[in-house]
Amino acid sequence: MQYIDNILFAVLLIFGIGFFVRNIKKLKRNIFLGKDIDRSDKKSERWGNMTRIALGQSKMVRRPVAGILHIVVYLGFVIINIEVVEIIIDGLFGTHRALSFMGGLYSFLIGSFEVLAFLVLFSVIVFWIRRMVLRIPRFWNKEMKGFPKNDALYILYFEMVLMSLFLIMNATDVHFQEANSGNPISQFVASLFHGMSHDTLHLIETTAWWVHIIGIFIFLNYLYYSKHLHILLAFPNTFYANLNPKGQFPNDKNVTKEVQMMMDPNIDPFASAPEGVEDEVPEKFGASDVTDLNWVQLMNAYTCTECGRCTSVCPANITGKELSPRAIMMKTRDRVEEVGKNIDQNKGEIKDDGKQLLNDYITPEELWACTSCNACVEECPVSIDPLSIIMDMRRYLVMEQSAAPQELNMMMTNIENNGAPWQYSQMDRLNWKDE
Amino acid sequence: MNVPTMAEMMAQGKQPEVLFWVGSAGSFDDRAKKITRAFVKILNKANVDFAVLGTEESSTGDAAKRAGNEFLFQMQAMTNIEVMNAYEVKKIVTCDPHSFNTLKNEYPDLGGAYEVYHHTQFIKQLIDDGRLILSKPMNGERITFHDPCYLGRANDEYESPRDLIRKLGVNLVEMKRNKNNALCCGAGGAQMFKDAEKGDKEIFLERTEEAIETKPDIIATGCPYCNTMMTDGVKSTNKEDSIQVLDIAELIANAEAL
Repeated sequence: MQYIDNILFAVLLIFGIGFFVRNIKKLKRNIFLGKDIDRSDKKSERWGNMTRIALGQSKMVRRPVAGILHIVVYLGFVIINIEVVEIIIDGLFGTHRALSFMGGLYSFLIGSFEVLAFLVLFSVIVFWIRRMVLRIPRFWNKEMKGFPKNDALYILYFEMVLMSLFLIMNATDVHFQEANSGNPISQFVASLFHGMSHDTLHLIETTAWWVHIIGIFIFLNYLYYSKHLHILLAFPNTFYANLNPKGQFPNDKNVTKEVQMMMDPNIDPFASAPEGVEDEVPEKFGASDVTDLNWVQLMNAYTCTECGRCTSVCPANITGKELSPRAIMMKTRDRVEEVGKNIDQNKGEIKDDGKQLLNDYITPEELWACTSCNACVEECPVSIDPLSIIMDMRRYLVMEQSAAPQELNMMMTNIENNGAPWQYSQMDRLNWKDE
Repeated sequence: MNVPTMAEMMAQGKQPEVLFWVGSAGSFDDRAKKITRAFVKILNKANVDFAVLGTEESSTGDAAKRAGNEFLFQMQAMTNIEVMNAYEVKKIVTCDPHSFNTLKNEYPDLGGAYEVYHHTQFIKQLIDDGRLILSKPMNGERITFHDPCYLGRANDEYESPRDLIRKLGVNLVEMKRNKNNALCCGAGGAQMFKDAEKGDKEIFLERTEEAIETKPDIIATGCPYCNTMMTDGVKSTNKEDSIQVLDIAELIANAEAL
C-alpha cells in the first residue's frame, strides 16, 4: 500500500498529459480544415518576428500597464513551471524536494519562484480589478457576455489559486522553513500557520501539493476549451503571420486565370474544355464558411485571447457599428469548433448542418462596416489578421452572391463602364488641366 | 499648365522620368482636382520631366477590390498594366495613397512591376536632391497631420509627409492617435462610396474632433479621400472659417505662391 500515492500520481500524469495530447491533435486537425497557404518563405524574418513579438512580448507594451503586468505573469508562468519538474519527480518516486541536493542553487531557484509567484498573484489581482472594478470598456463589449466573460475570470482565479497553493505548500513545509533559505515570501505566509502542530502542517502541505498539481493538470486541459490557448499558439501564429505590407491584399489566383482568358484575344471562347476539366467543380470565390478560409486564418481564431485591443481601435466599433474584429475571430473559432464536432460525430466526414460562417455567425452588416484601415491588425499583440477574413467574406458576398450594398454596385458599374467610381466619361479625365 | 501625356511624349520619341498617376478622385472630384493641380505646379517648378496617361488612365480598381470585387479589380489592373507596359513605364508617382498601395503592392503580381512613390515621398526626394528649393516658409501656423491608412499602416510611411511639413516652418502638432495608432477617416475599404452602417457616430466626425482638439490652423492630409472626409467634418462642426483642410502638395504650392 505504500506505493499507492505514486501509482495515483502516475495515473494522474498519464491521463492529464494523454487528454491534453488528444486535444492538441484535434486542434491541429481543425486548423488544417483550412485551405493551404504557403508561409514557408523568409524563415529568418519569421523566426525574428516570433522571437520579438511572442517570446519578447514587444507589442504587449503598446499599452504599458497591461503590457508590463502581462510580462510578469508570462515570465512567472514560464519560470515557475520549472518547479513542476521537481513535483513530477517527487510524485513518481515518493521523494521530497528531490532537487534540494543542489543546495544554494536550489534555494536560489525556489526563492525566485516565490518572488515570481507573489508578483504573478499581484498582477492577476490587478487584472481582475481592471476587468471587474474599473470595468475597462474592451472587456465589456457585447461579445464578452456569458462564457467569454467567465472564461477570462476562471483563468484569473486559476492563477490566483495555483500561486497561493505554491506559497502555502512552501510555508507549511516545516523543514524548508527551518532551513530558512529560499523562502523570501513563504516565511511571511508561514506566520499564518503559527502554532499549528507538525502533523497539521504536514497535512496542509500535502493537500496543497496535491491540489496544486491536480490544478495544473486541469488548467492544462482547460486550455483547449479556453481563450487561454494563446500561451501555446502565440508562437506559431507570429511565425506564420503575413510578412507583406499590410495594404497588400492577395490577388485571387482563380480570378487571374479567368480574367486572363477573358482578355486573351487568342483564346477560342467556344473551344471545348480540355480532357478531364469538365468534371471539375468550379472554384468558389471568397469565403462563406471556415473551410474556405486558410489554415493561418483558422489558427488566428484559436490564438485569439479576446483581449479586445483590436476592437478598441476599430473605427467602426468606436462609432457604434455592429463590427468588432474580436467578434470576427471568436465567431470563426466557434464555427470551426462546431465543424470539428460535426466531424467527430460523423466518423470523420462533415455532414451538412445547414449552417455556415456567413449569416449564421457573421452578418453582412458587420462585414460592410469595415474601412480596411488595418488598425486591428496593427494592434494585435500576437499578429492576428481579422481584416483578411472580412475581405474574403466580402469577396464571397460580391462575386458569388452579387450581394453588395446598392451604392457599391453603382460604384462598380461605373468603374466597369467608364473606368471611374463616379459617372464621368473616361474622355474627360484630363479636363482638370484646363479648369 | 504644362501637362504632357504619355501619348504625346511617345509621338515625340521621348520617355518621361516619371508617370504621374492622377487617379479617379484627382481627375474628377472638384476638391481633389485642386490637389492634382498643386502637385503639377510643384513638378513644373522642379522641372520634373513627367507625363500623365490622360484619357488612357482608368480606375486602378482599388475600390472594387476592397469592396470584394476581385474580378473587376483584376480586369482594371490588367488593362492599366497593358497600357503602362506599352509605354514602358518604370516609375510612377501619385497623390492618392490608395492608388499608391495597389500599384505598388498588388500590380506586380499581375505583370505590372513599377517603382511607385507617394507624392510626399517624391517631393521629399526632389528637395533632398536639391531639385526643389522651398524659399518662402510659412509663419509658424499650427498644423496637424492626419495619417492616411493606406500610406501609414498599410505601407509604413509616416515620416515623408511630416518631414515636408517641418520644412515649411510651421508648428507640427500631433493628434492623440497618430502614426501607426492613427484613426481612419472613415472612407477606406470602399466606404467612400456608400452610407455608413447603423451606429452612433460618423467616423469622420470622431477623427475631425480629435484633429480640432489640437487647435490647428490647418489640418494637413496626403489623400484625396481623407481630405473629403476631414473637410466634411470641419464643416459639420462649423469650423470652416478658422480651420483649413489642405493636402501637403497644396501647402507647398501655396507657400511658394505657385
